[in-house]
Amino acid sequence: MRPDSQALHPGVGLDPGAQRREFSRHRALHRFWRVPSLLLAGVVVLPLLVVFAAWLQPEAEIWRHLADTVLAELVTNTLMLLAGVACGVLVIGVGLAWLTTMCEFPGRRFFDWALMLPLAMPAYVLAFVAAGLFDYAGPLQTLLREHFGPVSWVPDVRSAGGVIAVMTLVFYPYVYMLARAAFLTQGRATLEAARTLGLGPWQAFFRAVLPMARPAIFAGLALALMETLADFGAVSVFNYDTFTTAIYKAWFGFFSLQAAAQLASLLLLFVGVALVTERSLRGRARFHEARHSARARPQRLRGAAAWAASVAAGLVFFLAFLLPVVQLGNWALQSLATDIDARYVEILLHTLLLGAMAALLTVAGALVLAVTRRRQSDHLTRAAVGVATLGYALPGAVLAVGVMVVLTGVDNAWAALMRMFDEQWTGRLLGGTVVALLLAYLVRFMAVAFGPIESSFARISPSITEAARMLGVGPLEAVRRIYLPLLRQGLLTAALLVLVDVMKEMPATLMLRPFGWDTLAVRIFELTAEGYWERAALPALTLVAIGLVPIFVLVRRSAR
Amino acid sequence: MRETYRKCLGLVAGLFLLTPAFAADEVVVYSSRTEELIKPLFDLYTKESGVPIRYVTDSGGPLLARLKAEGANTPADVLITVDAGNLWQAAESGLLQPVSSDVLDANVPAHLRDPQGQWYGLSLRARTIVYSTARVSPDELSSYEDLADVRWKGRVCLRSSKSVYNQSLVAMMIARLGPERAADVVKGWVNNLATAPFANDTRLMEAMAAGQCDVGIVNSYYFGRLQKERADVPLALFWPNQGEGDGVHVNVAGAGVTRHAGNVDGALKLIEWLSAPEAQRMFAGRNMEYPVNPEVDPNAELVQWGSFRQDPRNIADAGRLQAQAVMLMDRAGYR
Repeated sequence: MRPDSQALHPGVGLDPGAQRREFSRHRALHRFWRVPSLLLAGVVVLPLLVVFAAWLQPEAEIWRHLADTVLAELVTNTLMLLAGVACGVLVIGVGLAWLTTMCEFPGRRFFDWALMLPLAMPAYVLAFVAAGLFDYAGPLQTLLREHFGPVSWVPDVRSAGGVIAVMTLVFYPYVYMLARAAFLTQGRATLEAARTLGLGPWQAFFRAVLPMARPAIFAGLALALMETLADFGAVSVFNYDTFTTAIYKAWFGFFSLQAAAQLASLLLLFVGVALVTERSLRGRARFHEARHSARARPQRLRGAAAWAASVAAGLVFFLAFLLPVVQLGNWALQSLATDIDARYVEILLHTLLLGAMAALLTVAGALVLAVTRRRQSDHLTRAAVGVATLGYALPGAVLAVGVMVVLTGVDNAWAALMRMFDEQWTGRLLGGTVVALLLAYLVRFMAVAFGPIESSFARISPSITEAARMLGVGPLEAVRRIYLPLLRQGLLTAALLVLVDVMKEMPATLMLRPFGWDTLAVRIFELTAEGYWERAALPALTLVAIGLVPIFVLVRRSAR
Repeated sequence: MRETYRKCLGLVAGLFLLTPAFAADEVVVYSSRTEELIKPLFDLYTKESGVPIRYVTDSGGPLLARLKAEGANTPADVLITVDAGNLWQAAESGLLQPVSSDVLDANVPAHLRDPQGQWYGLSLRARTIVYSTARVSPDELSSYEDLADVRWKGRVCLRSSKSVYNQSLVAMMIARLGPERAADVVKGWVNNLATAPFANDTRLMEAMAAGQCDVGIVNSYYFGRLQKERADVPLALFWPNQGEGDGVHVNVAGAGVTRHAGNVDGALKLIEWLSAPEAQRMFAGRNMEYPVNPEVDPNAELVQWGSFRQDPRNIADAGRLQAQAVMLMDRAGYR
């Protein structure tokens, strides 16, 4: 979008001189926009540069070893996982979003919001519950053995299929929520226009509605796949080796943070190339709404179709949410008496406070980037924005090290400066404060906030902003009066995703939290680190429960 | 709306100014031993000595990275980890400083501490053989190496090679048997696996109790926990390698004074206190581990499993040979 490169039509009732003055004021403001967003991108990019800087110290021996032994298998495993999760989240996420926004079937009003709930479930928690329930020693197989003797036909849950199923169930809400938001704002106009042009319902869906929602669906898919790539917890439960497990092996097994960062930088490159490829495939296509049309009136499903829809939604909800919550609840009850104490209030408060502050900060940052991205299309801005949203694909602990190296660099420089005046100076600036942690969240979750915001941006026609400008509305006012209202759905989705993700976040929180700032995720770590998985159910369940609050807010604000 | 914004801004600004204040005699600890196992000891120490302790917990790797990044400005005085490998690595990267203490030399046996005095073991984690009492007689068992024998084909359960406890076990095996023999043993284990390696020791034992396999290798305290939960669990521990000059593989949770500690004196006093009998009983007892201090008897629960001879080699080898062990396991196809 380059408003300033397009000729302005002579305004009706505006005198040309005023229009020219208005125009140059715009240019100045555009340039002004670039400064904060490049600065912001710089802050986000620095920790990633630290990761890339690891190549300065080659680790030839470890690389040779990996190439000779496990690397090929790791890459195959990872690609298989990505392909499986991509198919899974697309089918489940888009399919269910379509059903709950565009159709009417028994239970739709419930599933509409309930299908978002698995978002609050950390992947490693579902993985642990699934492994416990479906493995050889679990209740299901035990029951089968008791009734039918030895069973060999039950698929092994600790396999590629098991990991893919778990990750699909945990990450489909990203696609579901973004597709849902797109379908909700898309209106009936697209569908009706397609139907009027003679397309059947399926054709209309695949040829008109789906392509229009592509930015949103892709944004959701990108988040799901970046989480899949960065995941360490869930794959560890299944002992499934991926690229990320190799990163941790290099770090914890070979004691080489360098090799780990080098591997991680390859992961980043891979994601960067994938994102750029998608952009160029999308090409010059634009996805604007022709007008702000009325929202869709749902299509009422009847008979078998209606029940099939209910069963599909119900099954996903059962497996991804109800079953693990019941199992967690069961475990939590056992430790309720011993583990809950006064500190829990403080832990809850910290979790919510950090989540809320990070959500506010990250959404604001992503909005700045998205506005800039829309108004400036020079290469520098594009590249900066692109790189700034890669942090999500990095395993959390590696990113946390990057953030820490940057922060402690600043701190150490500051300390050196202060000691020039006072040799005894021992204070610190950023390390060990909430600011450090918030910065880490900003870097890590920029992509999470940017995706929904940018995909809602993509659907705002430039003609609206053009019209506004013709009427003499300045850029800042345009943000307030046009963008913010039209982006409301996207901003809310972004804030919710960041809030829930931050509350689940573990490695960066562990590494950068100030003394005494324990959160629910830290509690989960404390227990799982010593193998007390069942006792970790209590904080995990609490995490899921408070994750529901923002989801309810979003649902209420976006009810159709 | 504007009011809300202002409040949020105020809050953020307030937190920014909330930099931690440090008391003068305070000791700051970075610990990968979890809060649950360490806080009661810190509380007791503060009560007895009046010295406040501030601590932060995380995994060993990230704590080391943190110490390294902070350099001379680190607030940490003491590093506590749950395995010898990370302690060795911390010493190797210059993150710890040697200290000499008669108290520690008396309380911690020589093979459980760094020869230069950079770190000291504080509790023992014995990694031993667990077997199904229904399908295996203890007479059939002898050593870790023996589990590589073909008669165990399809009957062995192992935890993932990514577990630091298995990495230490194999590293010490390299020290004991040499790399070739150790590689053969690991290959034999992999050939004898009944199922893919498990993510943790508890799951391994549950699978064994359900009949998926007959023998495996676990840390003794995980078995203790399972036994507490299910008194009738049809499993038992076996102490392997009990010949002269040999012994059960033990790892340590331990501590060292950081290179840039601001309070070396306080740090050393804390570690000395942790090695003394009163703290040893708590330190090891809370997690059914064995105390390092030979003066202290293990918990009553542990006594029923019988006593055993420990591997007498210095546990520092577990760190020195860890990378080699991981590579060996990769080559053997041990996932």
